Parts: sequence; structure tokens; C-alpha cells
Amino acid sequence: MSDMTDTVKISTKNVDVFYGDNHAINDVSVDILHNTVTAFIGPSGCGKSTFLRCLNRMNDTIDSCKITGDLLMDGEDIYAKSVDPVQLRAKVGMVFQKPNPFPKSIFDNVAYGPRIHGLVGNKTDLEEVVEKSLRRAAIWKEVKDRLHAPGTSLSGGQQQRLCIARAIATAPEVLLMDEPASALDPIATAQIEELIDELRHNYSVVIVTHSMQQAARVSQKTAFFHLGDMVEYGDTSTIFTNPVDQRTQDYITGRFG
Amino acid sequence: MLALTALLIVGLAIGFFILSRAKAISASQGVLANLHSRPSYHGTYVMLWAMIVGLALLLALALGWNAYLHAKFIADIRAVLPDARDIQINLVLSDAMAIAAGQVSSKIDPLREATAVSFARADAVRIWATVAISLGGAFIAGVVGMRNISADWRARNRSERIIRGILWASAAVAVLTTLGIVLSLIFETFNFFASIGWRVDKFLFGTRWSPLSGVHDGQMDMDKVGAVPLFAGTLMITGIAMLVAVPIGLFAAIYLSDFASPKVRAWAKPMLEVLAGIPTVVYGFFAAITVAPFIRNTGEALGLSVASESALAAGIVMGIMIIPFISSLSDDVINAVPQSLRDGSYGLGATKAETIRQVVLPAALPGIVSAVLLGVSRAIGETMIVVMAAGQGANLTANPLEAVTTVTVQIVMLITGDTEASTAAGPAFTLAFTLFCITLALNILALRFVRKYREKYD
Amino acid sequence: MVSMTELSKIHNSPESAARLKKRRAAEWRLKAYGILAIVLAGAALITLMWSVVSKASGAFTESYISLPVYLEADEIDPDNTGDPTIIGRANYGGLSKDALKAAFPFVKSRGDKREMYDIISGGAAFELRELAMTTPSVVGQTLDFRFLASDIADLYLKGSYGELIEQNAGGNLTVESSGKTAVVNSSAADFAFVMARLKEDLRGKAAFNRDQAALQENGRAVFVERGDLVEAAKREAERDRLIALAIELEARAAQDGGTEVLDKSSPSVLVRMGETWVKLTAVSATGGEGDVIGTLRNVKLATGDWQVYSQDLPEASRKVSDLQIVLIENLRSAGVVETVFNTRFFTAGDSREPELAGIWGAAVGSFWTMLVTILLAFPIGVMAAVYLEEFAKKNLMNTFIEVNINNLAAVPSIVYGLLGLAVFLGFFGVPRSAPLAGGIVLAVMTLPTIIIASRAAMAAVPPSIRDAALGIGASKLQTAFHHVLPLSMPGILTGTIIGMARALGETAPLIMIGMVAFIVDVPTGITDSATVLPVQIYRWSDFPERAFEARTSAAILVLLVFLVLMNGLAVFLRKRFERRW
Repeated sequence: MSDMTDTVKISTKNVDVFYGDNHAINDVSVDILHNTVTAFIGPSGCGKSTFLRCLNRMNDTIDSCKITGDLLMDGEDIYAKSVDPVQLRAKVGMVFQKPNPFPKSIFDNVAYGPRIHGLVGNKTDLEEVVEKSLRRAAIWKEVKDRLHAPGTSLSGGQQQRLCIARAIATAPEVLLMDEPASALDPIATAQIEELIDELRHNYSVVIVTHSMQQAARVSQKTAFFHLGDMVEYGDTSTIFTNPVDQRTQDYITGRFG
Repeated sequence: MLALTALLIVGLAIGFFILSRAKAISASQGVLANLHSRPSYHGTYVMLWAMIVGLALLLALALGWNAYLHAKFIADIRAVLPDARDIQINLVLSDAMAIAAGQVSSKIDPLREATAVSFARADAVRIWATVAISLGGAFIAGVVGMRNISADWRARNRSERIIRGILWASAAVAVLTTLGIVLSLIFETFNFFASIGWRVDKFLFGTRWSPLSGVHDGQMDMDKVGAVPLFAGTLMITGIAMLVAVPIGLFAAIYLSDFASPKVRAWAKPMLEVLAGIPTVVYGFFAAITVAPFIRNTGEALGLSVASESALAAGIVMGIMIIPFISSLSDDVINAVPQSLRDGSYGLGATKAETIRQVVLPAALPGIVSAVLLGVSRAIGETMIVVMAAGQGANLTANPLEAVTTVTVQIVMLITGDTEASTAAGPAFTLAFTLFCITLALNILALRFVRKYREKYD
Repeated sequence: MVSMTELSKIHNSPESAARLKKRRAAEWRLKAYGILAIVLAGAALITLMWSVVSKASGAFTESYISLPVYLEADEIDPDNTGDPTIIGRANYGGLSKDALKAAFPFVKSRGDKREMYDIISGGAAFELRELAMTTPSVVGQTLDFRFLASDIADLYLKGSYGELIEQNAGGNLTVESSGKTAVVNSSAADFAFVMARLKEDLRGKAAFNRDQAALQENGRAVFVERGDLVEAAKREAERDRLIALAIELEARAAQDGGTEVLDKSSPSVLVRMGETWVKLTAVSATGGEGDVIGTLRNVKLATGDWQVYSQDLPEASRKVSDLQIVLIENLRSAGVVETVFNTRFFTAGDSREPELAGIWGAAVGSFWTMLVTILLAFPIGVMAAVYLEEFAKKNLMNTFIEVNINNLAAVPSIVYGLLGLAVFLGFFGVPRSAPLAGGIVLAVMTLPTIIIASRAAMAAVPPSIRDAALGIGASKLQTAFHHVLPLSMPGILTGTIIGMARALGETAPLIMIGMVAFIVDVPTGITDSATVLPVQIYRWSDFPERAFEARTSAAILVLLVFLVLMNGLAVFLRKRFERRW
């Protein structure tokens, strides 16, 4: 698999995003590589979450949002007329900042994606997919005896892993994570980070975080955003040890944040 | 006269305010900071006392003495006419009162004239004594209050305590109202059940309703007080109303909260509010004049026989009335489902419809159930539409094209009918008590659902 | 075994695309249901408004008929005192009738006279009396008095009883009259068109009979199936009778030429020659015979100045008779009928006569009732809200009060009416039918609304304001009354107005406390007997006279105007003053 590591999964070029009159993202170009964890870092309000939400067209739900530029996934334009955002989001899964399990059982939460997309034909296969997803999200052991308890009954960290399992169960190719550990305690955070490292073997993962340590721990590539600009993009080790731009340096040395 | 007295008491109290304020200022010996409370509080304190004592005495005497006089004269007249029925004795008294007041009475005879003379005398005594006692009480309260005024007198704390008492009393009016409703309903219900020999089952499960046709010596024919046709009619009209209101209201709410553009929302929501603001009597007129004939003609064109006061017409119009109720309550709860849940679903590649059906609606279900329950409660208690457009005869049928009657229609018919009030009140209040219990239960159930919902998302 | 990587390929498969199409269709359907729901609700609103507005227009105009009336001095004021009480005693109804008799001397029979009198309102005589009493100088004179038209005359003038349609008549008419009846003949086929209409009417009746026969046939079949041959035979006989009738009617309709006999259930045909009319009882293509309305002595004359009219609504299906139509048409030709804006509707009290009935009494009753309601409900409601929001500690008593208020908001309004009946009327002796009683009941009913709205408005005031006031040494009471209450006043007023608007439209509880009585006088205080607008609407809607339908609709419009104004005020207050913290 490592031979695929350098292939580009999603390529973006000269992307601008506007919210009404507000210019939120300014001329950003980043390539998301296959089987790689890419981290978007930067101070809050710098546009990293907005940009992440462009990758699976979650911004479509906001009426005033306008996006220009090229966003290609496997060489195909994400924003082409022929692409249905529903289909796209099945391929580009997303995990949100706050765990948001549906008010359903743990099983139904995970089975939601496979059911709506018709991934499996029978109950046994569905159970298998659910189990695999829960195992891969490293929560199987904790919930295997209470699959029919409501998802909201879990702890915060468990809920977030459930949400990750839910995203995995849809069988995406790319996984977007919007500050997935910001609402969690350090132990749960460590579990999630471990999980992200695991997931890299099967998916391209893009993670938004404002914790530089987290970015350093889990990612291979890092993009630094500042006030809607993408300031610097490169190997994580380079960015953290030898940044080119002064703003990046100021940020990682803690001058602002 | 008594209203004038109330004004006089208020005037007197204001006078005490001015006097007390002046006395407090003089007690301060020129330096207001010497006073514990500002002069206005001294004034307020005395004023409140004078007003409360005066008005309380006025109210108590005006009502109590009046009731006493009535009871006394009823007893006196009964002593003269031992065999007369209640209604005749009441008529004699009201005629005597009319003569005393110099108005036209239905009949003039020696008994009435004698009663009028003594009533006029007793009533004059009552009025003047009431005026004197209540004004005197207010005056004494004011004088006593003023004697307390000194620099150290904590007038502010004391008047604030009184005001808080008044505020509390205002809040307690709600409890008094409930108490009044429950007591008055229970009292007549008790009488009614006593008059059918406590065969409550005959009322709840009997199928013949014609309570006034079998009255004999204050006893009702227990075979003619079966309220089942009324309950069935109410249920049918409510059911038709909910069949109209729930789908339309719910789909409208879903559309407005998750599909509609702000532009559509901007005119659709006020439109629903207008529907909610139309008085029920207008809906009743609409049902009787427009909808019922339309349904009748349509039915006849299809070869069906439709009653001119069909349950269908009343039910449909009642449904229209309840649409905004369901839609606005559902809209609220659907909007309250956190956006993060919707995002979670969209993020997995679900369509809007899938998100609404499988995530939003299950999450909002308790709130929607509560909206429907409140809607049912409204429909059951709704009066004007059914009075104007539904039938009056108790008819046990499952055919919505026939005329049925409802609990509220029967209450109105009994109370506004020609039968003696004391006879008609029994069944009417018993029906109202049943209605009260059902709507109360529905309301409590609905509030419980809402609370469950709130606990989840607030 | 399911492989996750294999699964992810499904997303790009044609099956997935096909599935997506279905999913999008489902989404489209849900959206369509939503739009349909909104459209249905809108259609209901528009239908309701239209049915009210379209019926109301008739109530905003009234008709007058000017006739010369001789106020004979010997009858009214023989001693020429000029004293209004003496003048007031005369028989003005008789004088009004005399005026009509003078205008139509040919109306002789008692039945016809009664019909004639019915074209002016019974109230006109009172207005004549009023005029004579206020201006005694008119006594002894003949004056042109504007008599108020009766409801049926007014409705006819407004076209509510179908139109009198003039047909082309080109020939010369010969009339042979015996005084009471006449035979008319035209030189041309001027009645052919009328005949065609009559035949159409016959065909309609025949079709109706055939429909009825079909129903009888259904019934017969049912009874045959049940084995009840006696009933079946009855149905069969009835069916055959109806079919025979239909065949006969159809034969009459198919017949060419010939003569048609007219009765009360067929369209009316009237021949007019100036002021004299002939109401046909039999008609052919070129003429017919009928009853003379007007003066036509034993003559035989020929004229080119004539018209033929048809009225499609049969006499039996309308309140206004052919005679009355002729009289009104003659008056109309004489130019003495006028239709003017109906100010009476806005200034008069209730009446059993539609043309005299107005809403002023009910409007004033509503005003007094609302006055009592707001004077009670506003202060008590606001004080209760202040207590619950600013002072109440969380204890059993206060929780009980809160639960009570919430439940009271859902109690059916009719129950409040019974509370009023039992407690306020029965126990406290508040006068029946009075705005005082209605106001108290509506106040009790509106209280929960006001309390809930006021609490919400106060809860929206941020705690920092309270902290600031308490911090500089204000007492809790001062904080509440000096800071929280003024800041929340727009919200409180909005809630109060909305509660009052609902109370203004409330009907059922007021019916319970006797405000449904027939009250002509305009109430002058809160203890007079009164009715209110919505109850007036309810009462009028129950009256059989057709003219009340327009008045009911018009009263609804007036009520809706008040409601729109009140709600508009509430919206204005909310937009103008409400602060978002």
C-alpha cells in the first residue's frame, strides 16, 4: 500500500470561499494525499474548518456560502453539476467537533449509513459491518454487550468514537475530522489520536485541530492557515522544525494563538 | 353607591399618603438622612393600610350582607308561601326588589309590596352601614398607621412586605380560579349523580341522552342520561379534525423549518398566524354557511345522503382551526433539534428527507406528540364551531355524513335552553366536569412529553 | 465476509446511482407534501375570507323608496298643539300604508295589499313618527318621505333573488283585457325565446325526476334482495310514477310550438306596458294570457311600446313575489328608489328586522367588556408575573401556583363560562348579561396568557441589570419595579394585547352567562344588559332571514378589522421597542 502514499486523493487549487460579503478563504491550494493524515492548523477563525467543510460540500447547507476554484477528487470536480453532494458525502465521511450521536441505539447509529446507502443486502452482513466499524473505532469491547442502548448514554469520548465508527461504516474513502478531540478529556483524546493513526492505513484522513502537539503526533502533512490564507503546507516534520514563513514560526512558537 | 365608596376610600388613602409624608418630613427635623425610610415610603405604608382595610371591609360587607339579606327574605317569603317552588319564590323576591328600585315588576300583589317595603328598608340599612363601616375602618387604619411615624420607623421594609403580599395574592388568583372551577363543577356534578341515584355507570356507559325529558320531582330518569352518544360524537369530530390538522400542520412545519427559503417563510408563517387569530365564531359561520352546504351538494352529486349538519363539515373546519396550532408547536420543536444532529446525518451522505424522517422527527417526536395532544384537547373543548355546524340530537353513529352532537353543544343547549336553570345545571356541569378532567389529563400528559423533550436538548 | 474496501466501491457503482435517483425522488415527494400542506392551509384561509367578504357587501348599502305621504292634521294633531307627545301617538304605520295605497291604487285584495306593505320596512313608520315629533311643522302637509325598503325589497334590488331579464320584443302587441285577466298577442314570435327557457326548465325537472326514480329503483333492488316484497312494490310504484312524470315533462319539452302553463314552481314571465304589467299564466311562441297587475280596463288595444321579461328563479323559491317585483320595478322606473351607504348598520342596536339591525350596541358592549377585562387582568397578571419571576422561591406552594397557571391556559373556554355562571353570577350576585360579568370571566380566562407572556418578557431581562440595581443598594422590589418591569414592558404589552384580541373574539363563555340575550338598547355602563360582537355574530348567523347572512358577514369583517388592528399594534410594539439582549 505504501506505493500509493504519494498519489493525490483530493486536489484543490485557488479556492475562495465567501459568506455573503465576507471573504472567508482566500486562494487556497492544498493536495490531500492517499493514506495520509493531513492536519489543518491555525488560530481560531482562520478558516480551516470552513475549508474542511468544502471538501464534502457541507457548506451547501448554508445559503449565503459561495465557493470558487478547483476542487478535484480522483481527478473529478467535486462541485460539478453531475456530482450529487449526497453521493460525495458517502465517499468523504465527516466527524464533528462535538460528538453528535443520533437519538437511536448504538447499533442503529452505526447502521444508519449502510442502510441509507444500501451497502449491504442482509441482516448478517449489516451486523458484520457494524461490528467491524465499532472494532475499527476501538469501541467494540465497551459496547458489544449493549448495542441496543441509546447512543446518547455513552460518555463523551465513547460518543466520539461511536461517531467515528458511524462514519467508517459508510465505507468512505476520505475521512474529515473537525477538531474531533476538542470536547474530550486527555485520556479520550489519546484514544482518538491512536485511532486516527490506525485509520491512516485505509483512508485519507484530514484533521482540523488547533493543538499543534496533536498535529505533530498524528499527521504526516500539515497545512497552516491564517486569516483565511493558507500560509504554508508541507511535511509535518518540516513545518514544525523548520517553517519557512514568519507567521508559521510565530504560531508554533506560541507568539499568538 | 358602593363604587363611589370604593373611590372615597382610595381618596382617603391618598390623603393619608400626603399627611404621612408631611409628618415624616417634619420628623426628620430638616435632615432627610435622619429618616430610616424616605418620606414617600411612610406615606405609602399608611396609604396601603388604609386602602386594604377599607376595601376589604367594603367587599366583605357588600357581598356577605347581600347574600344574608337574600337568604333571609327567601326564608320570609317561604314562610308565607310554604308550597311554592324555588323559582316562584325567587320570582317574588326579584319582583319585590324591582318594586323597591322603582322598576317594572311582572306582577304586583300585597306580598310583593310588603316585601318590597321591608327589603328597601333593610337594603338601605345595609348600604349605609357598609359605607360607614368601611370608610370608618379605613380612617382608623390610617390614623393608627400614622401614629407609628418616627425617624426610626422602618416604613420601607414594612410597605415592601405589604406589596409583596399583594403580589403573592395576585399569583394566588390562579389557584383560586382552579379552586372555583373545580368546586363549582363538582358541586353540581354531585347533585346530578345524586339525582340519578349514584348510577355513575348509567352516565358513562348509557347510550340514550335526553336528560330533560325524564325529570320527575328532581329525580332524573337514569336511562336517559347516557352520555356515550356525546362522547362518540365528540370523538368523531375530533378525529376528523385531527385527520385534517395533523398531516397538514406537520408537513407544513417540516417544510417551513427544513425546506422553505426565507422568502417563503416570511409570508407562510404570518399566514398560519392569521389562521390562528380568527375567532372560533367565524369558523363556525364558515362551517355552517360554506363548508356544510358544499359537502352536502358534493355528497348528493355522488349519490350519498348527507345531513346538513354533518360531522364531516364541523370536523374539517375544526381541523383547519387547529392546523396553525399543530404547525407552530411542531415548528418550534423541529427547529429545536440541534443542527449538529442534522450535520451528522448530512455528513454521512443522507438526503434531507432521510435526515428528517430518521433523525429529526424521532428526536422531535415527544414534542410533536405533545403538540398533537394539545390539539386534541383544543378540539374536544372547542364550542362555537360545533354549536353552529354540528347537530343537536344525540345520535350514536359511525357515519361522518350524519349529524352528531358533542359534549360542548349539549352544555350550551342545556344552559341556554328554556328549562329551569336548577334542573339543566346538573347534566351541563357534569358534562363540563368530564370535559375539564379530560382536557386536564391531556394537558398534563402533553407537558410531561415536552419536559422529556426539553431534558434531552436543553 | 464483508470487506470494507469492497464496500466503498459500491458508492461508484451504477446500482448506487439508481438508488440515489430513488432517494432523491423520495426527498422531492416530502417537499411536495410540505408545499401541498402550505397551499391547502392558504386555500382554506382564502376560501374563508372570500366566503365572508363576498357575502358582506350587501350589508354596506341600504335602499330607500321616496313616496309622498300626507300627514293629515286631523289625524295627528287635531288641536294643532305642536306637542310632540300628542303627535307621537298617531298611527304612522297606517299613514305609511296610505302612502303605498296612493301610489298603487290598483292593489285591491288583502293578500296583495299585505305583499305591497312588505316592500317597506316596519321601521320606516318609526322614522316618520320621529320626523313629525321633531319638526311638528310638517303636520298637515304632504311631503316626500324616504321610506326604508324592507329586507326582501332591498335584497331584490341588490339582485339576490335572481334577475329580471328583458327579452327582445320587436312585434306589435295586441291586448284583450277583461280587467282582471288579459290575453296578449304579438305580431312576431317574441315569446319564442321565453318558450325555449321554459322547455329547458322542463327538461331540468324531468332529469331530476329520473334521478329520483333511479334512487327508488336502488331501494327496490335492496328490498327485493332482503325479500321484503311489500316495500319493494311501493318503491316500484313510486319509480314508475316518477318516470311517467319525467316522460310527460320530456314530451312537453320536445313539443314544437303549443302553449305552456305556468305555475309557482316555473320561471315567471311578465309583459310590461309602461306601468301596467301582465303576469302570464300560459304562454306560446307569439303570446299568452295572464293576470293584470295595474289598471287595464275592458279594452282592446295595440301597442309597439312593450317589453317581455323572464325571471328564472320560480316564485316559490324566492321571498319576493311577482307582484312585489312589479311594484318595485315601477318605483325604480319612477326614479324614487335609491341605494345609499348603510350608516345605520354602524350606528344602530340589534333588531329582529334585518334592515334595521346594526352592530353599534354589540360594539359598545364589547368595549365595556374589554374595559373590565383589561382593568382586572392587566394589573393582576403583571403583579402575579412579578411575584413568580422575581420573588417566588422554589417551594411547593409556588410550584403549585405555576402548575395551576399552565393548566388554566388549556382549560376550554366554555368551562370558564360555567365558572362565571356558578361563582360570579350565582355566588357573588354579579348581574346577568352585563359587561361586568363578561369582563370578569374573560379576565380570568386571559390571566394565564398575560402571566405567561409577562414572565417570558421579564425572564429575558439579563441578570446583570438586576445585579447592577441590587449592587447600588436598591431593594428587590425597587429592582423589579424600577428596572425589570419598565425594560420588559414592550413584551408584557404585546402579550396583553394578544390576550385581549383573543378575549375580544371569544364567544362560548359569554353565552353561558347570558350575554346572548336580545338587547336593542346600547349599553351605557358595565352593569347594563349587553351583548358583544362575536355573540352578535353567533345570534345573527342563526336567524333564517336571508338578509342577516350579509349582516353576519359584515359584522365578522368589523370584528376582524378590530383584531387586525390589535395584532398590528402588538407587532408594532414588538418591532419598535422589544430589545434583544
